Amino acid sequence: MNIHEYQGKQLFRDAGVPVLDGVHCTTVEEALAAYDNLGSKVVAVKSQIHAGGRGKGNLYCPETGELQMEGGVKIAFSREEVETYATNILGHILITKQTGEEGKLVHNLYVESGCDIAHEYYLAMLVDREAKSILIMASTEGGMDIEEVAESNPEAIHKIWIDPNSGLLPFQSRNLGTALGLEGGALKSFTKMLSKLHSVFIANDCAMVEINPLVKTGDDGIIALDAKVGFDSNAEFRHKDWDDMRDMGEEDEAEIRASEAGLSYVKLDGNIGCLVNGAGLAMATMDVIKLKGGDPANFLDVGGGANEEQVTTAFSIILEDPNVKGILVNIFGGIMRCDIIARGVIAAVENLGLEVPLVVRLAGTNVDEGKAILAESTLNIHPADDLASGAQRIVELIGGDQ
Amino acid sequence: MSVWINEDAKVIVQGITGRQGHFHATKMAEYGTNLVGGCTPGKGGQTVDLGVREVPVWDSVEDAIKTTDADASVVYVPPPFAAGAIMEAAEAFDRIKGEGVIICITEGIPTLDMVKAVAYVDDRPGIRLIGPNCPGIITPGDTGGAKIGIMPGHIHAKGRIGIVSKSGTLTYEAVAQTMSINEGQSTCIGIGGDPVNGTGFIDCLAAFQADSQTEAIVMIGEIGGSAEEEAAAWAKENVTKPIVGFVAGATAPPGKRMGHAGAIISGGKGTAAEKFAAFERAGIYVARDPSEIGAVLKTALEEAGLL
Repeated sequence: MNIHEYQGKQLFRDAGVPVLDGVHCTTVEEALAAYDNLGSKVVAVKSQIHAGGRGKGNLYCPETGELQMEGGVKIAFSREEVETYATNILGHILITKQTGEEGKLVHNLYVESGCDIAHEYYLAMLVDREAKSILIMASTEGGMDIEEVAESNPEAIHKIWIDPNSGLLPFQSRNLGTALGLEGGALKSFTKMLSKLHSVFIANDCAMVEINPLVKTGDDGIIALDAKVGFDSNAEFRHKDWDDMRDMGEEDEAEIRASEAGLSYVKLDGNIGCLVNGAGLAMATMDVIKLKGGDPANFLDVGGGANEEQVTTAFSIILEDPNVKGILVNIFGGIMRCDIIARGVIAAVENLGLEVPLVVRLAGTNVDEGKAILAESTLNIHPADDLASGAQRIVELIGGDQ
Repeated sequence: MSVWINEDAKVIVQGITGRQGHFHATKMAEYGTNLVGGCTPGKGGQTVDLGVREVPVWDSVEDAIKTTDADASVVYVPPPFAAGAIMEAAEAFDRIKGEGVIICITEGIPTLDMVKAVAYVDDRPGIRLIGPNCPGIITPGDTGGAKIGIMPGHIHAKGRIGIVSKSGTLTYEAVAQTMSINEGQSTCIGIGGDPVNGTGFIDCLAAFQADSQTEAIVMIGEIGGSAEEEAAAWAKENVTKPIVGFVAGATAPPGKRMGHAGAIISGGKGTAAEKFAAFERAGIYVARDPSEIGAVLKTALEEAGLL
C-alpha cells in the first residue's frame, strides 16, 4: 500500500526527519490560504498522486483532453502563480511516465515552503530480498531517475545493508555520508537524519522509502524534499492508522472488492478472464493463454480454500470487465476439492446468467466427481483435461469475436 | 535417500489446536507422516484427535522436542505470531539437538518479521527454514511417506525426480507432469513466494545434486527478484543432473503484485524473459508451458541416458 507525499512527510515530521513546512490542500482557496500562512515568498505547488515522475508529467483537461499545463510540480513566486498552478492541477489528469496513458485525476495538492538548495541527492531504503535485510541506497545524482543512474553511472550509487541483529550502526551512516561527499555539519545532519529515517521504516513496516531529492541546504542542513513511502500490506493488522491514510481513488475498485472477498485480482488488458487457484498457477495460466494466441483479461487467484460465494464473487468481478469475451477456469485441487469448485461454478453461472463461453479445467482432489457434476449440468460449459488444451479451447471459442 | 526429510521423519505441528493446524495435521497423519504431536501455548497436556490416532499437545516447542526427539516442525500459526513461532522452534532445535527443519506454511507474515526470523535461523547453522507462504515439503515413501505441509498427498509417488518451486498449485501441476511420464518424486520442496524466506533454490539444487535417489530436477520459478538467475548460474557450475525449468509470469505487467508478495516486476527487473534466458545460458531444459514439463523432462532424461 502506497501513501501520498504529504502523508509520508507527516510521518517524517513526527519522527524528526527534517522536512519543510507544508500544507495539504484540496481546493484553490486552501492553497491560497496555505501560501498566506506559510510566510515563504517562494513555494512549491505539488500534485499529489501515488505515481512518480510528477515534475516531468503534464496535466490535461479531463473533458477535452487538452493540455492544461506542463509539469505537475511547480515553483510559485507569487500568490497569483499559486492560484494559477493550483487551478491547473486540481481536477485535472496528470500523466507521467509511471501512470500509464490514462493518467491520474488529481484531487490533492501539497503547498510547501521553498528552501535554499546547495546540492540534491537520492536516497532510498528498501528490503533487499537477496540479502534478506534492509538496504539503503544513496547517490549524488539527486533528482535523477535511479534506474538511469544505475545504467549510466553505477559507481555513483552507494549501498549499505543493515544487520537485523544490530540495526543501523553509526559508522555505516558516516561512511555513506562520506561517500556522498558530505563533511562537517552536513555529515552530522545526514547521519542524524538517516538514523531517524531508519526508525520510521521499522516503526511503520515500510516496504520502500524513496527520497528524491534529498537536499543539502546552504547552511549544511539535510532536508527530505520528497517522500515516496510504501507499506508492507502483510503488516496491516498492526497499523490501525493505515486506513486513514489509504486513498481509495488511487486503487482499482475491482481489486479492492476482490481483496475484501479474500481473492487476489489484477486487471489486465486482454479479453480472456481467468479464475485459478494459486498465484503461480494463475500466472502460468495467463502465460499459456498468451502462448496459444489469446490475451488474458486478468490475474485472479481464488486462494487455497475458496467457497461457492467466493467463486461467484470472482465470476462477477471478471464479468464486470466489458472486454471479457470468454472465461477459463483452471483449478488444481489440493485442499480444495474439485466437486466443490464445480458446484460453485454452476451456481455462479446460474446466478449471473453467463453469456460468454466458459472452459473449465479441473485436476487433483475429487476430479472425477467434479467433472461429473459439470457434465450433468445443462449449462454451456466446455470441459478440458489439461491447461494447454483448456487455453487452446477458450482461444478458439472466442476466435470469431476477435 | 531423500532431501532433508526422510520417509519416517518425526514431525511436530506448531498451532495444532487451530483450525488450519488441526485440519492439515489430520491430512498429514492420514498420508502416513510420522506426526508425533504438536504445541500451542496454554494448551499443554491436552490431546488432539487426528482420526488415525490421538497425539499429545505441549505448551512449548522445547517440551515437544525433548519428549519426542522430533526432526521437523511445521508452523500453521497465524501471521502476527508466525515469525515468533519460527524463532522458538529454531532455538529449541538448536539447543536440544543442534539440528532441525522448520517448515512455515503461514501466508501473510510481515516482511520485517521475516528479516528478523531468517537472521535468527541463519545464526544457528544446524537449523533449516523452509518457507514461509509455501506448500511445504514431501518425501513420498514406498508406503505412505513424510508429507509436511498442505499439498495433496495422493498425487505423489516415490521416484527419482526432485522438485523445487516458489509456487503451491503450480508445484502440484509439476508433480502431475512427472507422473504423466511415469516418474515419481524423491522430494518436492515448496520454498514459497515471499520476498524474504529461508531455504532458496541453490540450497535445494545442492541437496538434490548430493542426493543419490534424485536423478533429475524440476525447478519452478516466478517473476520477481533474481533468485532464479543466481540459481541457474550456480547450477551451471555445480549441478551435473539434468534440470527442467519453468518460470510463471511472462505476461505479468510491471509494478503489479501478482498474488505472492514477492511476485512483482520492479524497476524492470525480475521478468520471466530474463529468468528463461538465464536458464538457457545455464543449459537448463526450458518448458515455456507447464503442460510441457513432462515432455521436456522426458527429453532431458533421454539425453542424459536415464531412459
